[in-house]
Amino acid sequence: MNAVERAVADAHRDEWAAVLAATVRVTRDLDTAEEAVQEAYVQALRTWRRDGVPDRPGAWLTTVSRRTALNLVRRRRTLDAKLPLLVTPAAEDAEPPAAIPDDRLRLMFTCCHPALSPEAQVALTLRLVCGVATPDIARAFIVAEATMAARLTRAKKKIAAARIPYAVPPAAELPARVDAVLTVVHLLYSTGHTAPSGGDLVRAELCGRALELAGLVRRLLPDDREAMGLQALLLVHEARRDTRTDAAGRLLRLEDQDRSRWDRAQIAEADRLVVAALRAGPPGRFTLQAAIASLHARAPSYEATDWPQILTLYGELAQVWPSPVVALNRAVALGMVDGPGAALAEVDALERDGRLAGYHYLAATRADLLHRLDRDTEAAAAYREALAGCDNEAERAFLRERLRRVTGSRR
Amino acid sequence: MTATDETLTQYVVLIYEHQTPNWPDDMPPEVMAANETFDDWIAEQGGRVVAGIGLQASDTATAVRGGVVTDGPFIETKEALAGLYVLEARDLDHALAIARMTPVADGGVEVRPLLGLQLGEPG
Repeated sequence: MNAVERAVADAHRDEWAAVLAATVRVTRDLDTAEEAVQEAYVQALRTWRRDGVPDRPGAWLTTVSRRTALNLVRRRRTLDAKLPLLVTPAAEDAEPPAAIPDDRLRLMFTCCHPALSPEAQVALTLRLVCGVATPDIARAFIVAEATMAARLTRAKKKIAAARIPYAVPPAAELPARVDAVLTVVHLLYSTGHTAPSGGDLVRAELCGRALELAGLVRRLLPDDREAMGLQALLLVHEARRDTRTDAAGRLLRLEDQDRSRWDRAQIAEADRLVVAALRAGPPGRFTLQAAIASLHARAPSYEATDWPQILTLYGELAQVWPSPVVALNRAVALGMVDGPGAALAEVDALERDGRLAGYHYLAATRADLLHRLDRDTEAAAAYREALAGCDNEAERAFLRERLRRVTGSRR
Repeated sequence: MTATDETLTQYVVLIYEHQTPNWPDDMPPEVMAANETFDDWIAEQGGRVVAGIGLQASDTATAVRGGVVTDGPFIETKEALAGLYVLEARDLDHALAIARMTPVADGGVEVRPLLGLQLGEPG
């Protein structure tokens, strides 16, 4: 890759959302805006080779993209006069804004609107905010390219037809809408972190995009505590990402991971964010999860982790986010504080509750607790149950290995 | 920026209600009363009701499917279509902010953009 190609690639990664967001103000239609932005990047490759890379690539791209968009719009306005257009907050022919961060925020709120399905929100965010090509999005979510293309088209059609606004929501709705944006970013990271199926456990590209988005959201909403919490949470995950599997790609438990290889700078940055978020007000679910992850990351060993504090934090998390998955994690912490017997009672109660039916982490947790209580016959049955519900190859290999241990040489 | 008529979009708000045996006679009086003032409240929010329709109970419906006539609504659901109104709003968020205040006894609403048909235009 030569210098110009690298400059264009960098600008694609760093400026895509801002250029698109500024262009949507001209077109008020996402498809036309995308077309104009793509054309601007093609022109950049050609022109920059001849004239050199401009001082402010983003401004150059925005100007070219908006000019292209204006031409497209003028040509089309006569063709289809009554197409529904995006609702924009200001006059569309205003001067090109010099990278107003609000524009990207508007774009994110549009992509993560609750009127769109969660799958569509994630796909749109990758396509429109990150500029990831449709075939790459399809690969990341293990669906056919045509399926992903149709999903994106349907979502964009709904945005236009139902007039999902291109705007920052009013204050009354802001917390819920910010939560939707953060949820999408978190889902993106999780998809990259633990692929739902197939052999590739870590998809660094998706994780990287999610980290960039988390940083972007935090810069755009500097007073939002949960935006801080999410960025901290992702940083801790990222700091430990390389140690989640061994050289053969097998999954390693937290207690078996090589802590000396964790990225201390990322953990310190995450901790700084957690402290700032906790000081700023009552913590939400992302901040609490980040606080828990940060405690784990700063502990010298699994045994020397501050389990009582982690148990307390899980208790708080269960208050703000009453999810059975949180209750399951709380049970694991309880097992470290009060022993496996107390934890097993909680896990059994969760099993009776039924909401986690088929969730293989429930059976795996049960199996681990039973094994610690020397009830290996029951533990083996629970590992088999977990295996039946798990389709991630790395996790399956891990569960098979655990099953071999509790059944001795009988398998 | 004040919204001009040109920037308003028409939505239909479909009202679904849990159909009790004596519906709609046993609708709570406060819901009926809230309906009386709802149009004015919408106008205060910068929206406009173009048309509104209330429906008899779903067991008064008759369905025709493939030429075959059967009693009852086309789709049997616990919460049946009870009425609808056509709402003009700036965008989906504006429409949802209004629609979520629709007086309902035991049910909810669905908001959909209108296709083509523009009701209530002068002339």
